[in-house]
Amino acid sequence: MISCKDAVSRLWTYLDRNLERVQEQELEEHLGLCRHCCGELEFARQIRERLRAGARESEIPPQTRERMEDFVKRLGGGA
Amino acid sequence: MITDPFEQMVRPHLDFLYGLAMRLCGNRTAAEDLVQDALLRAFRAFPTLRNRERPRLWLTRVLTSAFHDRLRSQGADAVAMEIDTEFDLFDRITEEDPFPYSDRVHLDFLDLFDDAKILEVLQALHPDLRTALILAYVYGFTAKEIGEILNRPLGTVLAWLHRARKQLERELWEYASTRHLLTSQAEARV
Repeated sequence: MISCKDAVSRLWTYLDRNLERVQEQELEEHLGLCRHCCGELEFARQIRERLRAGARESEIPPQTRERMEDFVKRLGGGA
Repeated sequence: MITDPFEQMVRPHLDFLYGLAMRLCGNRTAAEDLVQDALLRAFRAFPTLRNRERPRLWLTRVLTSAFHDRLRSQGADAVAMEIDTEFDLFDRITEEDPFPYSDRVHLDFLDLFDDAKILEVLQALHPDLRTALILAYVYGFTAKEIGEILNRPLGTVLAWLHRARKQLERELWEYASTRHLLTSQAEARV
């Protein structure tokens, strides 16, 4: 079985679904037996969610949006 | 009704471009400036753009390139990439146990970070690592797409993402420690 160090180094790639099949199977076998690495996996998932949480559809302040839309319009010769 | 094809293509992505620029630059003024620079570059390149099917990817390439040029002009692109890849935030939190009365100590740690604090932590990352991390984990680009955007081989992107995660873990811990967020939380519970 792979070591905890190996398992932890693969977690984010696992969550990205970028591991090769054999590496994924080795990791899942490890996770089935190791509570510590299951905790690490959940924590990695939470960090990713925290990073993503700030990216809302509308982050741009209305006045900034207005300036940008105006800028694009001027580039296109529309104003 | 919008008839200009450039405006038609770009307008739906303004929110995204601004959000990306905010995370790369860390403040509103620099972000707006970067977006305008990127829009100008995109406008100039638009007539020769052959593949218009993935506008977001193309605009991301233009904006990140403008960001990199900006760093270079400020001499800020040559920062050494010295990352402690052995650091493990999960283990550090377990060892230090900053919330001794909690049964969700790792989540309590992440709860210390609101959007503004995350933005600050991102600024502590090496610019290349920051860019790769944001593209992958905030906006969901694949490593292959990030390679296209940054014009880097897949192996480099994967190595950057690994280092970026490690630096992020370290910086989250440093941020919480140096601003006494852990101490105040522990004290508040006593």
